[in-house]
Amino acid sequence: MTTNALPQPVNRLITEFARLPGIGPKSAARLTFYLLRGGDEQALDLAQALQDLKERTQFCSVCFNITEEDPCQICADDGRNPNLLCVVEEPLDLLAIERSRAFNGRYHVLHGAISPVEGIGPEDLKITELIERVKNGHFTEIILATNPTLEGESTALYLTRRLKEFDVKLTGLARGLSVGGDLEYTDEITLGRALEGRREM
Amino acid sequence: MAKERTFRSEAIVLKRTDFGEADRLLTLYTREKGKIKAIAKGARKPQSRKTGHVELFMRSNMFFAQGRDLAIITQAEMVDGYAALRGDLVRTTYAAYAVELLDRFTVEEDRHVGIYNLLADALGWLAETDDLMLAARYYELRLLSQTGFQPQLFKCVACGEPVQEQDQFFSAELGGLLCPACWEMDREAVEVTAVAVKVLRYLQTRKWETVRILQLKRPLQHQLERIMHHYLTYILERSLKSVDFLRRLREEAALFAPEE
Repeated sequence: MTTNALPQPVNRLITEFARLPGIGPKSAARLTFYLLRGGDEQALDLAQALQDLKERTQFCSVCFNITEEDPCQICADDGRNPNLLCVVEEPLDLLAIERSRAFNGRYHVLHGAISPVEGIGPEDLKITELIERVKNGHFTEIILATNPTLEGESTALYLTRRLKEFDVKLTGLARGLSVGGDLEYTDEITLGRALEGRREM
Repeated sequence: MAKERTFRSEAIVLKRTDFGEADRLLTLYTREKGKIKAIAKGARKPQSRKTGHVELFMRSNMFFAQGRDLAIITQAEMVDGYAALRGDLVRTTYAAYAVELLDRFTVEEDRHVGIYNLLADALGWLAETDDLMLAARYYELRLLSQTGFQPQLFKCVACGEPVQEQDQFFSAELGGLLCPACWEMDREAVEVTAVAVKVLRYLQTRKWETVRILQLKRPLQHQLERIMHHYLTYILERSLKSVDFLRRLREEAALFAPEE
């Protein structure tokens, strides 16, 4: 999409947009021309937001969530239960659990999951940091909230092996049926787990 | 030839990557069309009717609509989830290896029911066997035969003389055994003990039901693994991610607990 017919700054932005996931050369050109025609303010706000994104964020040194201040707001919050730890794969998973408002403990973000397929091993994740944290902390329960995928379950299994030497209760999220789902279309594995985890009414 | 607009096939999930907002792009090995890429729309949402049926290593009945470039999965129903592959990191790694190997040996849209059946069987073996190394070796030899790389284990690949019962050499370049008189034909050839030759021949010619009861000692297992990986790496011209992962897993298992 880049051509000599366009000034270099325009070409450059098109190229940069096209590098983003899900954006092809046509969309990149459309976005660029939208910003070019729009007010100065909008384009400059976007530029500032992009700059802040990189300059004003960092990983929390305790839980490895993305944060503006270190330690992050959750780690610094005395109102949260310091004995309960929830281990998640990605910052977005943390966000999802926060939105549920059902959890009031601390987090640990692994930044990925063990994947034999992709060749991602334990040493590529924040697992050593987690072990150190558990060793030095006083957690009573650790919730392994990895995704219910092959990689997520492999990770949870691996963590169970590494963490069982500590005197702490290890739990995993329940597997079951989604709200608004349909029994008929549920796969056997989920339905089997849902039956195993049934409870008295 | 015009493509049909819809088709159905049994398929096994080889790879999957996230695509768009909530979709997944799957690499499948299908019974009817060989290896294809297909989109599972909405498969990352837990409410999706497809979610639990299109996970890695699953064998499912699928319905497809042929899109412009990619097929779109419209329905999927699991036939076998190979659940045992999911609860054990070593088993998972072996399954990943089986799938990665098949992916490397095949091209898209090349129907081959023999390979499909082999993969379906192999995932079953890996899910139930106590000897994952043996199952992996058996699978490798079968896959090599199916794809036209069956190694010559009965005659010397240089002089053509029948192989005598003694230690031999294996040449990846020439695709089979070299007798002690000819070993200089390939300086990269690796040594193979007489008993390893016997086992390889046994694996190449028997059914899994017969092979599975073999009880092989560790050093022999490791020798077989070395020979096969030497040959496979030569054919594929690069090493496999899952092999590297397995090696790291073994090193770590030696550090922590006797797990494997």
